[in-house]
Amino acid sequence: MPEPTTTTPDTRVQLHPKDDELQVELQGNWRITEPRPSWVALLAGSAPKRVKFVWGKLEMWDSALLLFVFEVRQWCRVQGVYCDLSCMPAALQKLLGQLVVVNETPMSLDRSRDFFSMVGLAAQDVWAKTREIATFVGECVISAGYLLKLPHKFRWRDCLEEMQRCGAMALPIVSLISLLTGLIMAYQSAILMRQFGADIYVADAVGLVMVREMGAMMTAIILAGRTGAAFAATLGNMKAGEEIDALTTLGIRPVDFLVMPRIVALGVMMPLLALYANGLGILGGMVVSLGVLNIPPAAYWIETQTAIDLGDVATGLIKAAVFGVLVGLAGCHSGLRAERSAAGVGNATTTAVVMGLLLVIVFDALFAVVFRIVGL
Amino acid sequence: MNTGQNLPALDVAGLECGYDEQVLLRDVNFQVKRGEIFFIIGGSGCGKSTLLRHIVGLRAPTAGTVKFFGECFNEATAGRQREMLKRIGVLYQGGALWSSLSLLENVMLPLEEYTPLDAAERAELACMKLAQVGLAGYDGYFPSEISGGMRKRAGLARALALDPAIVFFDEPSAGLDPLTSRKLDELIVNLRDLLGMTCVVVSHELASIFSIADRVVMLDKHAGGIIADGDPRALVKESTDVRVREFLGRGEDAKVAALQNQPSP
Repeated sequence: MPEPTTTTPDTRVQLHPKDDELQVELQGNWRITEPRPSWVALLAGSAPKRVKFVWGKLEMWDSALLLFVFEVRQWCRVQGVYCDLSCMPAALQKLLGQLVVVNETPMSLDRSRDFFSMVGLAAQDVWAKTREIATFVGECVISAGYLLKLPHKFRWRDCLEEMQRCGAMALPIVSLISLLTGLIMAYQSAILMRQFGADIYVADAVGLVMVREMGAMMTAIILAGRTGAAFAATLGNMKAGEEIDALTTLGIRPVDFLVMPRIVALGVMMPLLALYANGLGILGGMVVSLGVLNIPPAAYWIETQTAIDLGDVATGLIKAAVFGVLVGLAGCHSGLRAERSAAGVGNATTTAVVMGLLLVIVFDALFAVVFRIVGL
Repeated sequence: MNTGQNLPALDVAGLECGYDEQVLLRDVNFQVKRGEIFFIIGGSGCGKSTLLRHIVGLRAPTAGTVKFFGECFNEATAGRQREMLKRIGVLYQGGALWSSLSLLENVMLPLEEYTPLDAAERAELACMKLAQVGLAGYDGYFPSEISGGMRKRAGLARALALDPAIVFFDEPSAGLDPLTSRKLDELIVNLRDLLGMTCVVVSHELASIFSIADRVVMLDKHAGGIIADGDPRALVKESTDVRVREFLGRGEDAKVAALQNQPSP
């Protein structure tokens, strides 16, 4: 049987009551990694008038002993009991002094403000953020003008690399999600259409919704999570490593160098991906119609063609291009404004995704109204 | 360069710097002569790097002016600032190399932006700059593949790409072993001697300060500004300010005596 390596709490602290004085004898092994006796439990309800520490044979001690002595001292102070530490070892006395300094908390102050100030401060904050975003968008516009004038200054190689990363490499996930979106929509519309014996109109529903709405929207959501977050993380890391400062002190605008290639890449690739997503969504609808509604693919395709015209496709693609730019802006903006720390980069990616999705939905709603007025 | 030969390379007047609403440094005044190796020193958190960031235009000072060769920098137009930045090189603490580009591309980028050189000439010149800092043969490497000291040297090669008239160093010896740090000091002296560059170094490395600094200004957190300005070897002996003597002497009188006997550069 292995011998116990520690003495039990009871043997480490011995209480010797003498009249109204309580002598506390400490001995044995005190390790911070092991449980420490509780003073209140040891007292078991007794109320001494004086507490005196007596030092027995201490084998090994560390902060555990310090904390115990401190606990006793605090208890004595609260109870108004005299605590005699006179024969304490010098090292322990010094450490206890340090602990006391650490433990002295400044008086807690009421930092809350009245309701009106809080509203005012929050409004100021919102205004500052709005200004910041407006400044960033303005910078991007100026940069776009500058790069249109001097196209050789545009980082074509970076832009192509980003296009590959956000376009070609996103194909598998876009394929899967848009195919499934088409499938789901076909199932749902089949429930409705069957009631009227209008099974074939599933093709119209899936085609129209996919081309006008879901193709662009689903692609934008995927790229907001995939590419917008990546932009924010990359730029945030570059900021933490002073790489962006290095560009600035070289007189190169980070927006020209880092933001424009990324936004152009997303703005170009998003409509292409959306077009691809449209196709796969229609394919998904076709599969369900064939399997569940027994509509032959040829009939489905012809019906789809009659339902969709080029205007529908165009609205989807216009939206996709705008969503691409929005996701890119959100990603780059939060990356460039990231704090210089690991947590800052993490927050930037979160902000990029949330802001990207928010912008996409808000602009989608705006587009719905605008297209209705324009008659597209 | 027909006029203004006597103007200081850097003239900081009444500069006030800080972050958000908190002012860290008030009324900072100093001038750096051409070809001088000038150190900004002080304890941790006293605002050395903050001052540097305000001087090179990464942050706008709340008051005061920064002049390079007699021309006001912080109140110039953005276009003019870009022109002026071509004559300024900055070596950042970690090198701040662009991680997506190889060392050669890092050094070539400033050349690509600002010179009419063709690609072959740019590569040749960039290779030469890398060789100058002892990184010959590393041009194809990426910043993630080399050590911290090498990154710093590559950062220096990039800062020197456009042959700037004034180079800023942000804690060049931080995190380097004594030998590499010494080599970097030698490199700084060489730059000054060979090319006549003005070097402004932010550092708290006493060995560097005593071996290569022509002049130092010392910042202090509580004073919120400059508390000493002069030759470090003179300051350590003669300064009336106990904080300056303590910092330069590492708080020990014996060390002070030993350091005083070091030869001037």
